[in-house]
Amino acid sequence: MMNKKQAIIKYTLRLGDNALILAQRLIELVAHGPELEEEMANANFALDYLGQARMFYSYAGELEGNGRKEDDFAFMRGEREFCNFLLLEQPNGHFGDTIARSVMFEIFYLAQLEAIAACRDERLVEIAARAVKEIRYHLRHDSQWLVRLGDGTDESHAKIQASIDELWRFTGEMFAGDEVDDIIRDEFGGPDLDKIKTGWQSGMTRLLADATLQMPEDKWMDDGGRTGRHSEHFGPLIAEMQYMQRSYPGLDW
Amino acid sequence: MSAENNVKQVWDWLADVPDPEIPVVSVVDLGIVRNINIGDDTIEVEVAPTYSGCPATEVIESSILEKLVDEGLKDVSIKRVLSPAWTTDWITESGRDKLRDYGIAPPVGNASKRELLGKGAVHCPRCGTSQTTVVSEFGSTACKASYKCDECLEPFEYFKCI
Repeated sequence: MMNKKQAIIKYTLRLGDNALILAQRLIELVAHGPELEEEMANANFALDYLGQARMFYSYAGELEGNGRKEDDFAFMRGEREFCNFLLLEQPNGHFGDTIARSVMFEIFYLAQLEAIAACRDERLVEIAARAVKEIRYHLRHDSQWLVRLGDGTDESHAKIQASIDELWRFTGEMFAGDEVDDIIRDEFGGPDLDKIKTGWQSGMTRLLADATLQMPEDKWMDDGGRTGRHSEHFGPLIAEMQYMQRSYPGLDW
Repeated sequence: MSAENNVKQVWDWLADVPDPEIPVVSVVDLGIVRNINIGDDTIEVEVAPTYSGCPATEVIESSILEKLVDEGLKDVSIKRVLSPAWTTDWITESGRDKLRDYGIAPPVGNASKRELLGKGAVHCPRCGTSQTTVVSEFGSTACKASYKCDECLEPFEYFKCI
């Protein structure tokens, strides 16, 4: 049985992992964006996620009390120790894939942060209150793109529909919940995943309707990110992210 | 000097520390210096980060330390405070004037009222007209958007209300 302290450390690390891995994916667009504005937008968003990851990791390190710092969590852990959602490590693909991935996550993450901002852990409340403003802005931008692509040409419509269909199986993991989520909800007054799921489904339904897209049926859902079982795309992602520490262990600026 | 005067002196010094990305405004104009705590031999400056990932945070903190050490203070430290979160509402009136004079339109409206999602008129910092068009929601730094003036046709940057 996990205690409160173990649960909040784990929960905080998961928040950090989600933010860091999506930041790393979005950073890959730098110098490879479809157009200059979107390249800057996604680089800006990556920076927000990176900043959030740093705050979560720093807090997790303080809670843990073993002297681990933000860089230790980002660069000195192996694949199985990262507990981000599988959705976030999926490749950028074409621009529609990138937008679909961001929108699906951000509708969830915004609700998660809003709930955390009202929980009983002072530090998480502070971090979430800051992050909420940033994610609201990302979601506004990414939702506009989803509508533009869905309600655009036949080709853009078909492509973004395929992106939504392809990524749908990764969305179940966001609401699956486990012991950690139960403790955060019950002991800290944190997010209730069932409520978030209901809100997410209605948010997605509205947005997809605006975009003239079909909401996929819930079928088999992929799972494993939260326990460190990643998809095949994760290894190359962290190999690049951790390149400096792997090549020059202990390197410091 | 009384403790009160000391605090005032430190605020005055910090009013000379520029923001590294927009050097026309100081860290005090931006509203990121929250408090100055003077102990017997120590000075602690409470600083709020602007955006979670603002790359200037560390530079700002070290410029503050450097300035106070240059002024002869010894035991200076920075405390990073997250709450209440910084928004553009913290930018002072004089900070807004300096931004405008520099050619950056200051944030319109009130971030806490989510003006971000609505549309207040952004005035051209050069000719003052409200006839302006957004060119891109993103600019040279994370905190700015790119606009152009429909009257004088000059491009300009807008400090986003967030």
